[in-house]
Amino acid sequence: MAHRWTPDLTDAHITPEADFLNRRQIMKGMAGIGLSGIGLALGATPSVAKTNEKLNSWDEITGYNNYYEFGTGKDDPAEHAHRLTTAPWSVTIDGLVDRPASYNLEDIMAKMTVEERIYRLRCVEAWSMVVPWNGFELADLLNMAGVQSGAKYVAFETVLRPDEMPGVSYPVLDWPYVEGLRLDEAMHPLTIMASGIYGKDIPKQNGAPLRLVVPWKYGFKSIKSVVRMTLTDREPPTSWNKANAREYGFYSNVNPKVDHPRWTQASERPIGGGLFAKRKPTRMFNGYESEVASLYKGMDLSKYF
Amino acid sequence: MLTIIHSATRRVPIWSVYLLLTVPSVYYFYLAATGMLSVEPIKALEHKLGEFGLQLIVFGLAITPLRRHLGLNLMRFRRAIGVMTYFYISVHLLVWLVLDVQVLSMVWQDIVKRPYITIGMLAFVAMTPLALSSNNYAVRKLGPLWRRLHKLVYGIAILGALHFIMLVKGFQLEPLVYMGLILLLLVLRLKLPKPTFFRPV
Repeated sequence: MAHRWTPDLTDAHITPEADFLNRRQIMKGMAGIGLSGIGLALGATPSVAKTNEKLNSWDEITGYNNYYEFGTGKDDPAEHAHRLTTAPWSVTIDGLVDRPASYNLEDIMAKMTVEERIYRLRCVEAWSMVVPWNGFELADLLNMAGVQSGAKYVAFETVLRPDEMPGVSYPVLDWPYVEGLRLDEAMHPLTIMASGIYGKDIPKQNGAPLRLVVPWKYGFKSIKSVVRMTLTDREPPTSWNKANAREYGFYSNVNPKVDHPRWTQASERPIGGGLFAKRKPTRMFNGYESEVASLYKGMDLSKYF
Repeated sequence: MLTIIHSATRRVPIWSVYLLLTVPSVYYFYLAATGMLSVEPIKALEHKLGEFGLQLIVFGLAITPLRRHLGLNLMRFRRAIGVMTYFYISVHLLVWLVLDVQVLSMVWQDIVKRPYITIGMLAFVAMTPLALSSNNYAVRKLGPLWRRLHKLVYGIAILGALHFIMLVKGFQLEPLVYMGLILLLLVLRLKLPKPTFFRPV
């Protein structure tokens, strides 16, 4: 097991949403009925708050999404994602692993330790949220498959179902959506696979049933509805980089000093502030600098953006 | 059919067109302020206003071809449509400036550094003399120059659609549709030279 990460954003003192107040009751209820669905969103680790950052509401998190397979509008995913079949679900883990296989989601979930992770989410479009994910460390899953010594990267792939995804009939991107991480990024304890939000099963518009969350990178790196992970020895192609390499690099770490060619990344607008919401400064690595800066020691981050 | 439309439109007072075209902006602001437009109302409002402005430009450009090719005469409304286009693009710009970017020093940076904003600003600046000269006094005063000046709108429309194309992520159809419509409406204006094959020498 990877070493455990101590959260800097927790639920104890931050302004709670009504949904969130009810969360523990919901979870008790879920345990009682044998968990809704396959019971993906289980377990929470309450601890001491160190921040007053405000959690976004369930409606904000689940109603304002970028999931282009369901359309390019922010409300398209919430409107169309219900068509996605998420059960049964399996994730193929192959490439440079000891036990390549198509793993059943239930089998994965039975072996993983799900915990609550309250993370900042910074979109490349310069808006941000704070999301209480439920998930497990990706490192645990990769170790389950047995990472071979030659592996240097992980390539991820989103499900592609033209019958269920109205957006993929347009060539907005080269479908299926693919993403990638360097192995040390993938094995970092901050990197999780999320199966829930607010203690509930993760909604389809947010990437059900299982999605990546890498909180120090722009949101598009956190690939949704993952069906394949391939361990490789070379840097895998990533969708936005293929679409526009000048604007979207492989790393895409949140960095206020490296602008997107079309807009500034120095500041961001927190979602939920209404019509007069103030921008706030964007933090290096989205505020996770002390945890992840060492991964990029000696790298010119304006070149490897 | 055309005579029915013409006699109906003749009775529509121009001020009501101004009033009618103001309604969407008020409605968008209402939705944005009450949280009904989006959980991120600033961008949503900015985009709605810009898009409506672009639609008005397309509509304004359609008036001449409609008359020439279909005999439908909506010339009476052209000035109102033009002035209201300027209104929407001005409010679009103000929302971007005041609510979106917020910091004045960053506004200037954005204008010079971001090509899609440079192009949008260029289109807005070019629209200003057209809006200012949209009155009978200016038409009289400028004479033939007025017509030439207002041909600027062709370039402005192309810049507006280009601004939209450049700001979306990935390959998206919608802005290309606007560009296509605008180019089509411009092509329909071309007076093709009469065939010369049989002209006696």
